[in-house]
This record gives sequence, structure tokens and C-alpha cells, in this order.
Amino acid sequence: MRFLIALRCFFLILFYKRLPEEAVQFLPEGKKPAPLPPRSAELVEAELAPGKSAAEQKPVEQKPVEKPAAPASAPASPVSKDDGTRGAVQLLAVLQREGRLLDFLQEEIDGYSDAQIGAAVRDIHRGCKKALAEHAPLEPVMRAPENSQVRVDAGFDPSRIRLTGNIVGEPPFTGTLKHHGWCTARIVLPLSSAATDPTVVAPAEVELS
Amino acid sequence: MSAARYIVGIDLGTTNTAVAYVDTQEETPRIQPFPILQIVAPGSAEPRPSLPSCLYLSSGVEFPPDALRLPWHEHGPLIVGGEFARTHGAQATTRLVSSAKSWLCHSGVDREAEILPWQAPDDVGKISPVEASSSYLDHILGAWNHAFPHAPLAEQDVLLTVPASFDAVARELTVRAATQAGLPHVTLLEEPQAAFYSWLGSHQTRADDWRRELAVGDVVLVCDVGGGTTDFSLIAVSEADGNLSLERVAVGDHILLGGDNMDLALAHAVRARLDAQLDNWQFASLVHSCRAAKEQLLDPANPAESAPVVVLGRGSKVIGGSIKTEVKRADVELLVDGFFPAVELGAKPKRDRRVGLRELGLPFAADPAVTRHLSAFVGAHRKATAVLFNGGVMKGRPLRQRIVEMLDSWSDSPEDDLKVLTGTDLDLAVAHGAAYYGLVRRGKGVRIRGGTARAYYIGIESSMPAVPGLSPPLKALCVAPFGMEEGTEAELESRELGLVVGEPAEFRFLSSTTRRDDRVGTLIEQVDESLTELAPVSTVMGDEKAADAGHLIPVDLRSRVTEIGTLELYCVEKNGPRKWKLEYNVRESAGE
Repeated sequence: MRFLIALRCFFLILFYKRLPEEAVQFLPEGKKPAPLPPRSAELVEAELAPGKSAAEQKPVEQKPVEKPAAPASAPASPVSKDDGTRGAVQLLAVLQREGRLLDFLQEEIDGYSDAQIGAAVRDIHRGCKKALAEHAPLEPVMRAPENSQVRVDAGFDPSRIRLTGNIVGEPPFTGTLKHHGWCTARIVLPLSSAATDPTVVAPAEVELS
Repeated sequence: MSAARYIVGIDLGTTNTAVAYVDTQEETPRIQPFPILQIVAPGSAEPRPSLPSCLYLSSGVEFPPDALRLPWHEHGPLIVGGEFARTHGAQATTRLVSSAKSWLCHSGVDREAEILPWQAPDDVGKISPVEASSSYLDHILGAWNHAFPHAPLAEQDVLLTVPASFDAVARELTVRAATQAGLPHVTLLEEPQAAFYSWLGSHQTRADDWRRELAVGDVVLVCDVGGGTTDFSLIAVSEADGNLSLERVAVGDHILLGGDNMDLALAHAVRARLDAQLDNWQFASLVHSCRAAKEQLLDPANPAESAPVVVLGRGSKVIGGSIKTEVKRADVELLVDGFFPAVELGAKPKRDRRVGLRELGLPFAADPAVTRHLSAFVGAHRKATAVLFNGGVMKGRPLRQRIVEMLDSWSDSPEDDLKVLTGTDLDLAVAHGAAYYGLVRRGKGVRIRGGTARAYYIGIESSMPAVPGLSPPLKALCVAPFGMEEGTEAELESRELGLVVGEPAEFRFLSSTTRRDDRVGTLIEQVDESLTELAPVSTVMGDEKAADAGHLIPVDLRSRVTEIGTLELYCVEKNGPRKWKLEYNVRESAGE
């Protein structure tokens, strides 16, 4: 248990410049912070560094981390149910709001003609593409054109490159790039307020007459 | 000159508000956009390049408490501005305030009364046009102070743009809105001038190379067609002391006509072909898709005869409920010919049909033809030799081409090609140019001279025997001439003005954009169409307890154009030290 907390401390300090809440018990007496008064809503804005120029001002921005040690989201107030799912739900919410992606995936499309689907997808694609570019811009892992010959050097990162086919011998390998892969340059999530139910991706809509 | 670190330009637009700033402590100060943090969905905030100038007045029950709270708010507010206000407001229109700026210059209503959203039911807590404008500025202030906690906006050099067509009253109200938002020291700048400053700024990198594009005698038309308004200005290039100098020589009237009208017209045309009924959400989405289709078809590289338009299903059945149609090339051509028809110089926009009881909403332009408004403007002033476009609508190349063709055909020397000035961002140029103007004010770069864009008059009712059914003829006395420069005063010695101490006094107040030769003291015997009546000005001359209360004392009039760009009027005691400021009385609406 202490090992895990120590590991979390290491990565949180390294990447997020803060300690996990569990670390409080190990602080020397007198350095422990007074418990926060419970607030009904806490705007999560830990990553929004004050004093930075506006150009740098981004909503909660998460750098990809190599090890899954840090929770995905910023620290939460004591009443928030934040266990790291909020960021994921937010991303789904953005794709739904801007491009109706979840409606599309949830719909039974067997009964529709290709033309019907095609017409709608154009719109969904436009919205989702824009949302993705703003919130999770993607880059190829390997920049060579697909189906070209590429070299995989010794010491390659197997999480970034997957070898298939006839794998024999030692690197460097030469092969055909079948898929250039995707990685996120950064994830930019909206600043979120704990005021809203974190499980809701899209609210029900009721029109009053 | 103040030594504020940041110069901040705010383009308080009719449909979108944008901010740009300069950090003067940088070695080579550069103008940067300021993304504005705003609510995009309940509980979700993001920075966006601009803040849609929309407000949604929540009833307090439709969102979780604090879901509209931004980091700088202590409590969740009931009023939300920006992206979410725009998208949600389209589906709950009785609580949506939009185009507040157009209301600000509408002299037919009391602009400090709680009248917006216009014609909303009584239980919507309404706000005044001044409060609405103040609310956008308050948002900007919060976002700025949040991003720059050590450099509060109130202590920076803030430049606020207004339409060139804003009269003295609308300018004063804009300053009042800024003051209410906690920005007591702002400087006003006309939007077309700001766009031109942006162009100058973008040509400043290689020492003054704008001088290579413009020469003495050039007259630049700034043609600004935004979402909701159209604004024209002429800037003349002349020579002074061996240097090229710039002077804004004319501004147009405030025309409530813009790209939104085009998108709406297109959407209505497309809807007429549909069998299905659309609700507000679907219609808003149709307008959005029509705009995208219009832009596709206006792209000269696109040969397609039509562009598909899809309104996605309203419910969770996004494909099953979707309505598919198309915008035809002919629709867009019709749109171009409707809004930008080819006209002769001298063509005048069609006038409003005056019916007995006009609805008191916004005075939208009766004639949708931008080119006819332009022809009337150019006809009344000077012909342009160059043009600078601004506003999102002017992104459409065929539309720019049409304007260029018109200006060419009206030109006195058709052999000379019209110069088209380029290099500015049509959406952000005004905020950018305002920030650049802040640098110019500190002595870096050339300044456009201009002064007041109108001449101002005090109305004097002629003394004549009362005739039933006839209002006494109105004379107008010029108190501030056209082109009166910032920081100057004019004194008018009058023989006729006397005021009773301790009693309120009120004057009718008029202006003209076309009477350019009147001097201070010019008396117009018969007020005609060249004059527009504004809100009256009034003051109380001292109080009832003054020693000479009840006495009639002779006064002179003094006008002053302030450094920040507002017009102040005073009554000055002839044989004494006292003076009284005349306040714009927007509570009493003019024109009624």
C-alpha cells in the first residue's frame, strides 16, 4: 500500500506538481492542511495556471503519461465523485454535443439505405472531426506513408510499434508500414464543474409549450 | 500617457465579441488574440476565439446550481453569455438576448429600461440594452483578470470599438456600460478605422510599406459587413508636412443588415421546399447547414450545382429522423443578386413603408441590398479608389468581386484599377486593429485623423403663436461641427439662451452625417431630412436653494469632444463661473 502511494506521489509531483490526497497522513504534524469546508460545487481548475498568458491558457490539459499511475483528472473537492471517469465522460459529451456521435453509434442502422446513412454521416463526421481536433488532436505514430518500407531500429518502443508477420531475428527490422498508428498530442478537456452529474453524457431534453 | 503594461482591444460586436492584446514589455510587442473562457454546456467551460454576443437569462431552475459558474464567479450566475447562451438560447428564445448593440443605438426606445429580451413574457427578469452590453464586458473583465491576476483589466489601456455610425448618445451609453462593468477608463475607436489600423499594422513589418500601396489622393472605402450590421467609412490619404497622412472623411448610417439575414433568407427558401415541419432546434440547425452550404457554393473552385444540407434527427434517432435536402447554386445566385445586386451609382435604398402603427422592434433595414446602401453612401460623399473588406460575410469571393465591380463602374477614372487592400483577418481585424491603435497612441505608427463623424445641433423651437394641430417649427443651432477632433472644445456665444436657475431644462438634440460645412453657431431655420433627432439633453441648473433661484440667467453653450471619443455639452454662465453639464436623457425616448 505504501509502495503504491509512494509511486503515485512520484508521478503526481512529476507531472501535476501536487501530492495525492492519501499522502496527507504522512505529512509531519503541523503541516497537515485544515480539512476543506464541503462546497456544493467546486470548479476543477487545478491545471489552469494563474498568471500564464492567455495564449497558454487551456482548459484542464492532460499530457499523456507513460505509466497509468496518475488519475486521469484533476484533484477533486471532497464531495466530488471524481475517480477519473469524469474526463472520459466529458470527451464523450463533447463528441455527442458537437457531432451527435453517441446517437449515431446507439442507433440501429440496419433498416436504413446507404444513401440515408451517408447523408447523415457527412454532418456527424464534420462535427466530430472538429471536436476531435480541438479536444484530442491526433498525430500519426510513424510519419512515413502507409505501404512504404520502414526500418524499425533496435530499442524501439513496442507500445508505439506493433510487429506482425514473420517475426524472426534481432532488430533492426525492415517491413511494410501497414498502419501509421495514432497518438494524442494532448487532451484538452473543458473546465468542468462538479455541479453537474458526472455520469450524464447528454441530458434529456424537454420542451415546454 | 499611462504606462499600463497591456494594451487591450475589445471588439464588442453585434454578434461576436473578440479581444486582442499587446504586452508592451515584450521586446518587439506583438498583437495576440485573447481566447475567451466561456460556458459551452452546463458545467463545462472552454476558451474560444470569440464570445458570441448573446445572453441567456436563466430562470434559476433549468440548470443545476453553479452549472453556469465560471472560475471567477463567487456564485453561479443567472445570466450566462457566449457559446452556450447562443446554442441554448436558440431553443428557448424568450430568454435569449441578442443584438444588444443594435438596441443601444435605437433612439426609439428607453435604452436604460429593462426591455430585453424584446417582448418576452413578464416573468423573465429582463435587462436593459446598457446592462446587456455591460454584461459582455463584465465577462471579458472576469476572463482577463482570471488569466492575468496580476494585471487587472481596469488598470490596462482598454480600447473599445463602436460602429462608426454610433451617434454621441450611443457612444456615451457604451462608455456607461463599460463603467458599470468596472472599466471606468476606456477609449472608443470606430470599427472601420480599427479594421484599417489592423491593415496598417500588418504592413508595418517592413518600415511603412503601406505607403507603397496607397498614394496621395487615394480614398479607401472600408466595407464592413458583419453578422448583423453593415458599416461604411471613407479614409482619405493626403499629404501634410511632406508625410502621407490619413483622414477619415465620411461614415455611413447604421444599417441593420448583415450575413445573418442572408443565412436566414436561404434557410427560409430551403424550408419552403420541405414537406416536414421543423422546430426551433431543427431550424437553427438548418440555418447553420445552409451557411456551410452557401460558403461551399460561393467558393469559386467548387463547380458543384448544389450542396447537400442535412438536418439531423431531433431525437436520439439521428439518422432515422434526419431530413435531407440541398441548397442549389441558383439559390445562392439569387441570394447574391438579392443582397448584392448590380446597381447604378445614385441608386437609393428603398425606404421603409411608414404605416400608421409601426411595431417598435429594431429598425431593420427595409432594403436588403447592401450595394444600394453603398451606392447611396458613395454618392453622398466621395468615390473610392481602394477598398478594404471586413466582416465574416466578405469572406465570400463573389461578394467581394461584386463590390469591386460596382466601385469600378462608379469610378471617374475607369482606366485605374481599384486597389483591393488585403492581409487582415476578416473576423478578428477589429480587435487586432484596436490593440494596434493603442500602440499608435503611444507614438508608434501613423494615426488616422477623424474627429466627430457627425455635426450636432441643439433644437430651438421657434416662438410663434400656437396653431392647433401644428407643432411649432424647429430650428437647429450647430454646437459641434463635423470632424471636430478629440480633445478640442468649441464655444458658442448665444444671444438667445437663458436658463432659469433651479429648474430643469431640456433641449432637443439632433445630428447630421451629411451637413459637413456647418460651423459652430450655424442656425438652420427649417429642420429637414438631413437631420436626425437623438435623445434630448437635459440638466438642472443649480438647485432650488441657490441664491438666485428662479432668476433667468444668460448662458453660452460649450461642446467638448473628449480624448476617449465622447461628446460633452455644457451651459456656461455668461457673467459668472458656473457651468452645467447637459446629460443625454435616454429615459425620454426621442422620435415619439
